[in-house]
Amino acid sequence: MRRRVNYLQEMDWLTVLLYLLMVGFGLVNIYSSAYNSELPSLFETSQRYGKQILWIGAALVFAIVIFLIDSRFYSFIAYPFYLLMMIVLVFIIFFGIEVNAAKSWIEIGSFRIQPAEFGKLAVGLALAKYLSSISLNTYTPATFVRIGAIVFIPMLLVLMQNDTGSALVYFSFIMVLYREGLSANFLWIGLASVFLFVMSFMVPIFFLALGIVLAAYLYMLITPKLIKTKWVVGLVVIGAFFLAYYGQSYLNLKFTAYFWLVILSIGGALVLLGYGWWYRVKRFVQGSLVLIFSLLFVSSVDFVFNEVLEAHQQNRILVLLGKKSDPQGVEWNVIQSKIAIGSGGLSGKGFLNGTQTKFDFVPEQSTDFIFCTVGEEWGYLGTSAVIVLFVIFLLRLIYLAERQRSNFNRIYGWGITSVFFFHFAVNISMTIGLAPVIGIPLPFFSYGGSSLWAFTIMLFIFLRLDSTRKEFLQ
Amino acid sequence: MGAIIVILALVMLIKLFMIQMVDTRYKISAQNNSQRHVTEYPARGLIYDRHGTLMVYNQAAYDLMLIPREMKAFDTLELANVVGISVDEMKDGIQKAKRYSRYKPSVLVKQLNTETYAILQEKLYKYPGFFVQTRTLRKYPSPIAANVLGYVGEVDDKWLENNAYYQQGDYAGISGLEKVYEEMLRGKKGVSIYLVNVHNTIQGSFMNGQYDTAAIAGRNLTTTLDLELQAYGERLMQNKIGSIVAIEPETGEILALVSSPTYDPNLLVGRVRGQNYRSLQADLNKPLYNRALMAQYPPGSTFKLITGLVGLQEGVLNPGITYACSGPNSLPIKCSHFHDTPIGLIHSIEESCNPYFWKVFQSVMDNQAYPRIQESFTAWRKHVMSFGLNQKFQTDLFSESRGNIPDIDYFNRYYGEKGWRALTVRSLSIGQGEILLTPLQLANQAATIANRGYFRPPHLVKQIEGLDSLEFQKEIHETTIHPEHFEPIIEGMRLVYAGDHGTARWYRNDSIPMAGKTGTAENPHGDDHSIFIAFAPIENPRIAISVVVENSGFGSTWAVPIATLMMEKYLKGAISRTWVETRMLEGNLMPKPESAEAVE
Repeated sequence: MRRRVNYLQEMDWLTVLLYLLMVGFGLVNIYSSAYNSELPSLFETSQRYGKQILWIGAALVFAIVIFLIDSRFYSFIAYPFYLLMMIVLVFIIFFGIEVNAAKSWIEIGSFRIQPAEFGKLAVGLALAKYLSSISLNTYTPATFVRIGAIVFIPMLLVLMQNDTGSALVYFSFIMVLYREGLSANFLWIGLASVFLFVMSFMVPIFFLALGIVLAAYLYMLITPKLIKTKWVVGLVVIGAFFLAYYGQSYLNLKFTAYFWLVILSIGGALVLLGYGWWYRVKRFVQGSLVLIFSLLFVSSVDFVFNEVLEAHQQNRILVLLGKKSDPQGVEWNVIQSKIAIGSGGLSGKGFLNGTQTKFDFVPEQSTDFIFCTVGEEWGYLGTSAVIVLFVIFLLRLIYLAERQRSNFNRIYGWGITSVFFFHFAVNISMTIGLAPVIGIPLPFFSYGGSSLWAFTIMLFIFLRLDSTRKEFLQ
Repeated sequence: MGAIIVILALVMLIKLFMIQMVDTRYKISAQNNSQRHVTEYPARGLIYDRHGTLMVYNQAAYDLMLIPREMKAFDTLELANVVGISVDEMKDGIQKAKRYSRYKPSVLVKQLNTETYAILQEKLYKYPGFFVQTRTLRKYPSPIAANVLGYVGEVDDKWLENNAYYQQGDYAGISGLEKVYEEMLRGKKGVSIYLVNVHNTIQGSFMNGQYDTAAIAGRNLTTTLDLELQAYGERLMQNKIGSIVAIEPETGEILALVSSPTYDPNLLVGRVRGQNYRSLQADLNKPLYNRALMAQYPPGSTFKLITGLVGLQEGVLNPGITYACSGPNSLPIKCSHFHDTPIGLIHSIEESCNPYFWKVFQSVMDNQAYPRIQESFTAWRKHVMSFGLNQKFQTDLFSESRGNIPDIDYFNRYYGEKGWRALTVRSLSIGQGEILLTPLQLANQAATIANRGYFRPPHLVKQIEGLDSLEFQKEIHETTIHPEHFEPIIEGMRLVYAGDHGTARWYRNDSIPMAGKTGTAENPHGDDHSIFIAFAPIENPRIAISVVVENSGFGSTWAVPIATLMMEKYLKGAISRTWVETRMLEGNLMPKPESAEAVE
């Protein structure tokens, strides 16, 4: 008895309050976006708001049950639960029900559940369990492989269900690794890739390659060492380029300037890499590696974009980059979403008075695009409030994670915070036109039982772990 | 991490500030305005005959639409009077619209005429939520070719579920060419977005029409039909049950496709469509059933041509071989004609001798080159199938039947593997028994013989506006029969008209060399069906034809004159022997004169 009272005292009531505020405000907006004047009762279970009330009720029951279970249980079931989820995800690929072209649902009676949502919980637990079991500073290739397997197996399975949005969420776990000591270089590589990817659509590819070559070369020039070598290599590359490009016709070759630039620059960079390696000039190694990989990356973007991505994904990227206008197609969702939000002004049109977030304009208005209803009916005040709520919520979770004494608890806390952050960032960015349309829900706001339950369970397991943090003495 | 969160949140807050506070383009609802999406329906493609004469065009009609959410209290009686319905009907309509969707437009009253539309437009400002949608209806200048053209109707729920392009109240081709070429004919809908205030008045276009899309008109079709020939064929077939199919042999283009009885295509347009459709459906003579493509008949004696060709190709027959015939006393198949005996290939075609072709068939089946009948039968079937039988042409014809050529499995099952031989299946030799052909396949058979051994799949469209030739227009199907074997067969077919004993000799036309073959399809339910296939001229044929007249007895009585008149009409443009024409036009072979009444 004494223990349970203690846990309730130790529970972070601020987070619970934030949770209730978000779920409550979410329900208000779902009510408005799915409002049917003939069935106005909030408890009308044939309507989405009535159903959402059922989901919320069940979620609260889950939260209480989670608190009744001993906290060590969650670490204990991490692997078995992970295994179970993987089996379910495989099962779905073959026997799932298709909704909006994604085969990601299972039906139990009249209930439909989207197991991909619970997959995140499984990865969060398993990753925390694994990372807490190994020494922090000794990453070996084998540990990398295992971490990769934990994160990317479910991601691939979800991808195979044709649910790209939910699959991308698994990338958010990389942030956990960063917190746990992964080199920041990976982050820089990621950012650079995104930059090059975007640039490859904006700039003619020859000039982009030329820019990369010049930048890398300038970087290497700064070092005083081996002055002769680098000038020689540079001049040889330039000479060879002109010779090859203009001389190829004698050999009946017809390659583009871009081709020769890439081939010869990589050749030159390999020479500099050899020199750098031999004479231990760090700058040469870095510069030439960056050069080689950037050129290879840029050259492969075209291929990946055309051969790997599907037409609707290509469209979303092109529209976001402003390279293609398609007002009736992909751009339509974003335009309608922006109109709905924009028409709200400072204080909004008021509860139930929205005209754009009804059945005809904004798609998925009570699920992925619920933020539009907030924008239209509650104005800038409403949208700012939601963003501020999320910021406080996320910062609070980081604070809670950092105060843990057990590695498992901390890593798990960071894991779910990353997932929440990813959903928040991508969902709101998509509705206001900052990111391509990736259909993932806004945590606690969007309509839907699976996502609400999964987010609630993820959160309350953490709060349960947090309530026992004082048991661990380090 | 905390910093990243805060920075991202700031970016979002700034972006939202821009959208919600600064950018005025999104302020469409300052006075609680809303957007209205008005669908711009493109004109449906027109349909022409092969010479460019218009067969189908459009006329405008206006639908009164309703968006229940925008509706305010209004004078129900006045609106009901304007559009010419009762108040109760109006209330029912509104209820129905609400049940469908409160946000999407529903059709309240269909197809108002231009005058009503003019009056309504003046008063529309009084009725928020109501608006008028312009649509196009089909109109047919000459009331012919109903079964070929098919009809256009409102899409049903099942269609809506499977085709995202359509909305409630839209029209689509339901049968015939309208259905087959639906995607070409319909064009592409456009959308204009307007700003509408609370008084239901359009304030202007949304964001200067930046997000409007223009409607793209449907493509026009040029069919292969010859309008005059088609109309003439329908006249000849009036008061008879049956069909005419005429094909240009060189191209496979269908010149006429008549199914009788038929109906006026204008009956299935507009508000009266439902009622007329039901009465046409109730008609015992099935005017909606396209006999030319779907009815299957035993080809009778017309099949002897194929029997002969297979014999020649298999090397068990040459034009010089003669067989004896004992007339009606012949065994196992008797002959219905009295003629000289023994008789050769050419004259046995001229006089349609049954025993001769039984003997040819027997020698194909008992050919020593094959170990068992199963193998020789398979070889026979392969030759027969190469005429396009027992299969659909799969070009642009709406609902063809396959016909039937029995296979060895069928006989093995029926008689046991050792239980059958040539004698057992003898009726196949003269086109009776299990063999079934459609009138289209019969005409294609005539075209194949006219071409001396190949056919181009019969089709109905010559050209689609803005498109290159269609795939099936390029196909060539070679038969397994060598071209030289066709000459004696065609000589026999020439004598059917030109010979002293030819079965079509009464209708010989001295100015056009014609070739044909009569046939009689046995009908266990009543009088036999009269069949005739023919082509003309014999050299460089321009038309191949099949005529089937149900319950009219011998091929020569009805099918021959009709086919001959059709060919003369097509090749000469006029009819020389009007007495034949008059007899055909006046002939009435309908089983019961009564037929359900149609509403104009």
